[in-house]
Amino acid sequence: MNTIQSIIQELCPQAVFVQTENEPLQVSLSAAQLAKLIEPLRHNAALQFDYLEDLVGMDFGERLGVIYRLYSTVHKHRILIECQAESRQEPELPTLSHIWAIANFYEREVFDFFGIHFIGHPDMRRLFLRSDHIGYPLRKDYDPESNPLKLEDEFLPDDTSVYVEHDGKLQVEGHTVFEKDEYVVNIGPQHPATHGVLHFQVSLQGEIVKKVDVHCGYIHRGIEKMCESMTYPQTLAMTDRLDYLSAHQNRHALCACIEDAIGLEVPRRAQYIRVLMDELSRIQSHLLFYATFCMDLGALTPFFYGFRDREKILNIFEDTTGGRLIQNYNVIGGVARDLHPDFIKKTREFVNYLPNVLKEYHDVFTNNVIFRQRAKGIGLLSKEQALSFGVTGPSARASNLSCDVRKHNPYSIYDEVMFKEILYPNGDCLDRYMVRMDEILQSLSIIEQLLDKIPQGDFCAKTKPVIKLPEGRFFKSVETARGEFGVFIESHGDKYPYRLKFHSPCLPLVSVVDTLASGNKIADLITIGASLDYVVPDIDR
Amino acid sequence: MFDFSVVTTWIDEGLRSIMPAAGAIAIECVLIGVLLLAVYAVFALVLILAERKVCAAFQCRLGPNRVGPWGSIQTVADMVKIITKEIISIRHVDSFLHNLAPFLVIIASLLAFSCIPFAKGLHILDFNVGILFMIAASSIGIVGILLAGWSSNNKFSLIGAMRSGAQMISYELSIGLSIMTIVVLSGTMQISELAEGQNELWFIFKGHIPACIAFVVYLIAGTAETNRGPFDLPEAESELTAGYHTEYSGMHFGFYYVAEFVNMFIVAAIATTVFLGGWMPLHIPGLDSFNHAMNYIPSLFWFLGKSIVMVFVIMWFKWTFPRLRIDQLIRLEWKYLLPLNLVNLILMVLIVALGWHF
Amino acid sequence: MEIRKPKIKGIPYEDFKDNEYIETLRKNGVGVVLGNLDSVINWGRSNSLWPLTFATSCCGIEFMSVGAARYDFARFGFEVARASPRQADMIMVAGTIVNKMAPVLYRLYEQMADPKYVIAVGGCAISGGPFSKSYNVLQGVDKIIPVDVYIPGCPPRPEALLYGMMQLQRKVKVEHFFGEVNRKEPKSHRFPELRPEEQPVFASKYQDNE
Repeated sequence: MNTIQSIIQELCPQAVFVQTENEPLQVSLSAAQLAKLIEPLRHNAALQFDYLEDLVGMDFGERLGVIYRLYSTVHKHRILIECQAESRQEPELPTLSHIWAIANFYEREVFDFFGIHFIGHPDMRRLFLRSDHIGYPLRKDYDPESNPLKLEDEFLPDDTSVYVEHDGKLQVEGHTVFEKDEYVVNIGPQHPATHGVLHFQVSLQGEIVKKVDVHCGYIHRGIEKMCESMTYPQTLAMTDRLDYLSAHQNRHALCACIEDAIGLEVPRRAQYIRVLMDELSRIQSHLLFYATFCMDLGALTPFFYGFRDREKILNIFEDTTGGRLIQNYNVIGGVARDLHPDFIKKTREFVNYLPNVLKEYHDVFTNNVIFRQRAKGIGLLSKEQALSFGVTGPSARASNLSCDVRKHNPYSIYDEVMFKEILYPNGDCLDRYMVRMDEILQSLSIIEQLLDKIPQGDFCAKTKPVIKLPEGRFFKSVETARGEFGVFIESHGDKYPYRLKFHSPCLPLVSVVDTLASGNKIADLITIGASLDYVVPDIDR
Repeated sequence: MFDFSVVTTWIDEGLRSIMPAAGAIAIECVLIGVLLLAVYAVFALVLILAERKVCAAFQCRLGPNRVGPWGSIQTVADMVKIITKEIISIRHVDSFLHNLAPFLVIIASLLAFSCIPFAKGLHILDFNVGILFMIAASSIGIVGILLAGWSSNNKFSLIGAMRSGAQMISYELSIGLSIMTIVVLSGTMQISELAEGQNELWFIFKGHIPACIAFVVYLIAGTAETNRGPFDLPEAESELTAGYHTEYSGMHFGFYYVAEFVNMFIVAAIATTVFLGGWMPLHIPGLDSFNHAMNYIPSLFWFLGKSIVMVFVIMWFKWTFPRLRIDQLIRLEWKYLLPLNLVNLILMVLIVALGWHF
Repeated sequence: MEIRKPKIKGIPYEDFKDNEYIETLRKNGVGVVLGNLDSVINWGRSNSLWPLTFATSCCGIEFMSVGAARYDFARFGFEVARASPRQADMIMVAGTIVNKMAPVLYRLYEQMADPKYVIAVGGCAISGGPFSKSYNVLQGVDKIIPVDVYIPGCPPRPEALLYGMMQLQRKVKVEHFFGEVNRKEPKSHRFPELRPEEQPVFASKYQDNE
């Protein structure tokens, strides 16, 4: 019995533990027990779970519930907490949002999809679906026909309700988002700077932003629900369309998760190809970031430079995979087809070409005095905030938070390559920009190391015609261009997943916008949004 | 050097010989009005095309090349389209002001345009405080922008208009003061005399250090005055969708679009007239044969050539720099440009008083 | 080597190749003066289709690629992308439209000034694409707004986008500004071949308002 288990056992004697080999500890708790345990989980010196990795809503059949996955960056340990609500009609769970800031958004998501009320949550509104949506779509008994298309504009209430427990009875209290006389501007859903269809309700005082209220869901396609009726190979196609700029990496995560679950050994050649493609997509994503970031700051020419060089990578992709943006290249057991004969030559040309161009980028844009003044010291995200908001990827690394999955939890062949995890100290927009620019060079170095060593052999392992996962919970995360992308599969031994949850790196990024932008100017809001580099379809799924 | 006043006097005398003076003046007014509008429209079309070609060149692209040879009549197609496009009447707007605003902008731009001396003897408005009138007329445009923002009943428009107000009133100061610096040097405010006064040497060379400083300040302030990048905050696309003209469609929007480009030309033309000799050829004291040779190039070409260079420089700004933030913009004007300008003006007065210019 | 001519149903190869060609599909003939005036106006409109900067997902990135240096739709005069729908001529529905976005898209379309055109880009905008089984996805934007050109693909290549835009140019070139069918026709008559109960949603809604 390890320390975590003993501490929890002491606090909650009724807790049920499941410990399997190489898997984190699983605990089943009731709502009341969880409420008692929240504080110790975060603050007990031996536990210190400071990072809420994910919060997966689940329809257990009889009851509804949530699976929390917590991680401690101090002790490097992880725990899975399963918590089922008492009744299916009025499911209630305690909120975690006062401890982990990101739980605010995660719990709204769970409320939206499962209808679980989180007691004490400050802002229990739907996050993705229309405010007049009927039913909760991820419940197993949801009728998809119940919500026909409405062409009336959605009503966005200024007041929301907070569920508070007083003397064992549930009460609803009011909560005002915007006061009556506030000057509220809608930025989005159709706006050039929101990178898709995101909707910010911004309360302004002159040019100063007072408060930002984020509305997501304008591209919520219900991928997770659709995946529940798809076989595992079919679900792969959905991952590319989540964060289309990290299409390879997303798919890598799901493939690796399924391969781990069925114990499939991926050939070395396929692993090399996957890592090469991952790094190429990281570069093209960061180049696109450069392009759009510059455009949002009003420098229109660098936009075209970024795209010009990105096209070179798309050429390499196209030769091998046949796709430009969405490649559908990773499959369970390896990759769909072998590398194009020109791949190595073209990639080497590109690797030699890009560093010089990056110098040009820095000359044109990075060292511009206007840009430096606009980005330096704007949108400060401290390390503690980044951790509490669950921010990962380059945006967190700009706040000096080491969180690269490739370093901390190496997957595929990342433990065999040399690269540096880029960390910057300040956490402002300039640092977030610089992290990405420097990461391009690291990715180039990884590609250079692997390019000569691609082993011969199969590019795909043989798999069974029908892939069934054993019963259990499986989790895998990879480092995409935006942060940690996780896949969580609850399998009941079928050829369909019972529940497939994609942990999006972009939802935490959007959740910090309010914190970062409040008190700054409108122009800074745009800069902050651009520097966080979120992709909206990945938020909405 | 060919003097265009020969032509105008000939027409004037011809008309007066066949009709009373009042009739001749009436016909001349109509003629000049039509001519002014036509030239204005042509300039706008050419400038828009030039901008699209120049920005394409900066961005490793080709730019318009399908409509007509090398895309040369692309903007004509745009014009045809925008004239036949619907002008949406929007509910809950102050419709009188909403419809008035674009006309104010275009009238201000036209008034300023009519002051430009294109060649020797080829100017429409020319009187003793000409340059003052030009600055005054061009700043009517800001009323149009403010009205547009106010009457549109759109929050983005309002923010854009307020930004524009703050920006243009600030930079108006720099424009006025930097031109005043040259007025001190030249001793006149009449535009034609400003050009004539540069017969010996262009003012930017004659006034050396303070004139150069005034030129740079003027160029920055002029770019800001036309709402062009990097000072395009009032219509900052990535922040305010389209700024003050978000709600305008069809030709009403076309007026704003056209006025922006012609205003850019006007700024370049004033820079040319005041600092770079206007239509005056490049004369270097002492080199008489060189000066004589330069006189063979028509004055219209001199003027347009210099203006085109200036227009190119302003476009270069736009496609190179990121946009400023509103506080940086105001700080640049009130903390740096304005004090610099005032000191520069005193310096120029000293130089003129002591006779230290060339 | 001989180039294989692509065979496209309804478009002879020469026409497909030559974008300057103006179709003579005007059934009832046109007057000399008005017809020529029409041609001038249509020439202007077709060569100056300013898109609205509108994108929801993957196809939006390809739309940006078309604007970028390699594909450069500025060659056709498309590059003046307007952020305000009032000033745009066409809307490229690039990406999935979900139920929450549908009213917004409908409103955007209504905010545009006539003549306005719609291009549905990618499988999602045409029919819901890979997400057509979802509970929250609109099964094609033609359910709510009339679509002029469909560009299939997931996402379509930039060349396909360019081709779709050129097809829209062809379509614009046979319109009538004077006389019968201008863009300003009552919206309920947009689909004359359909029975009233088959009319799309937007048509009935518009009638109610009038």
